Amino acid sequence: MTRTLPRTDTPQAPALPAGGLRATARITARADAGGTTRLPVLDGGGPFALRHIQSHADQARVCLIGAMHAPLGGDRLRIEATAEAGTSLRVTAAAATVALPGRTGDPATYDVHLTVGEGARLAWLPEPLISAEGSDLRMTTTIDLAPTARLVFREEQILGRSGERTGALRSRLTIRQHGRTLLDQETAYGPGAPGWDSAAVLGGHRAIGQYLVAGPEFDDKPAEVRLLGAAAGGDADRGQGVLAPLGGPMALATAVAPDGLALRRLLDEAAAG
Amino acid sequence: MSRAALLVLADGRFPAGGHAHSGGAEPAVTAGHIKDAATLETFCRGRLHTAGLVAAGLAAAAAAGLDPLLLDDAADARTPVPALRQVARRLGRQMMRAARATWPGPELDALAAARPRGAHQPVVLGLAARSAGLTPLDAAYAVAYENISGPATAVVRLLSLDPFDATAVLARLTGDLEQVAAQGAEAADRAATEGLDALPAASAPLLDIAAEAHAAWPVRLFAS
Repeated sequence: MTRTLPRTDTPQAPALPAGGLRATARITARADAGGTTRLPVLDGGGPFALRHIQSHADQARVCLIGAMHAPLGGDRLRIEATAEAGTSLRVTAAAATVALPGRTGDPATYDVHLTVGEGARLAWLPEPLISAEGSDLRMTTTIDLAPTARLVFREEQILGRSGERTGALRSRLTIRQHGRTLLDQETAYGPGAPGWDSAAVLGGHRAIGQYLVAGPEFDDKPAEVRLLGAAAGGDADRGQGVLAPLGGPMALATAVAPDGLALRRLLDEAAAG
Repeated sequence: MSRAALLVLADGRFPAGGHAHSGGAEPAVTAGHIKDAATLETFCRGRLHTAGLVAAGLAAAAAAGLDPLLLDDAADARTPVPALRQVARRLGRQMMRAARATWPGPELDALAAARPRGAHQPVVLGLAARSAGLTPLDAAYAVAYENISGPATAVVRLLSLDPFDATAVLARLTGDLEQVAAQGAEAADRAATEGLDALPAASAPLLDIAAEAHAAWPVRLFAS
């Protein structure tokens, strides 16, 4: 919050920090005349390489391959994925994303914008984001859902690589349906975020994740609250979590764990329904 | 404007039902995370900069005259577990009764009619502050202070912590309190022109998880 930002009060100062990568990747899934999902837009760029991997039944599958280390401090990265009406799209990643310090100390930004149309399905299942010591990343994820859209969304954050301290990681997740905001959550961990490691927030855990499922079936039958891991009486080293209904037709699992492996187990347990 | 009304609103004896809630301190004590004044302070600091900041933004926005029904929706979007949504509404309903008796006004009446089962407590508190002639910053202070004074008072009962030590914890957090209240009021100011997305949305995963686990306990001292 009080991190040093580039000075903008001197007349010569540039409006944006110099250097850093600017890249946007785009994926659009569109149904052809026969109802099969095609990928008319599949643009990588900068650190992103996109691979159309073998389609599965009527689902188009894309794998995001990190072609270089990014985001570094100062980078401005963005991914836009749209599953148009009636399509089915699944996006995964080949490896974890590591936020690293840059040369200048400027923060990096990483914005993800997902749009799911009427009757469309999107599965967004990337690998974890790892905040390396000394890095500073501001991430936003904005999801726009049509009333009959279906979504499976997973987000995992690991604070620090093995044996190191975490970088500064701020992440905001906003989900809108039909223009109405149904979930708005900002997490702030590491240097500059007061109280982040307290028993109210993370309590020593270093892996945090969310798993969200949305679909019209929740209109008739909201999800039931389910406790996960230690919150349900399991061992503390498994981490803990809760699956709960949100205000709209969706359910969100939130989990914290000592490490990425334990976190994935909790989120898989939530997904298993 | 009457600054003295802030003392009435922020007084722990204001009859709005807060004493029955520990703000997540009861499960944290049981889990061994709060065991003395130092760990209470750490817990309260984390709570203040997350749930407290969100509440401060909502209360300041309501006090500034932003639409309380939209703010109530924004509060729902910032509260991902049903146990905490229910607690916020129950406390909101009690705050509404106290506020309408204390500082009656048409805006409170309208919100009470639109949300008969209760609006989120920070929204009601902000509107009560407005009805009392207080500023958005005053409302942010009141709600942020309550956000940590509740757990501190609860821990006196839960751990038999010396009340002097608990009050000293609150005194050590006044700098954080000022920061959070100012951030909440500043965000409310931006929300008036930029929309409600400008309001803080800080989340506290362990408060959310523990609130649902605590709600399932068969016997508990505090309602939340």
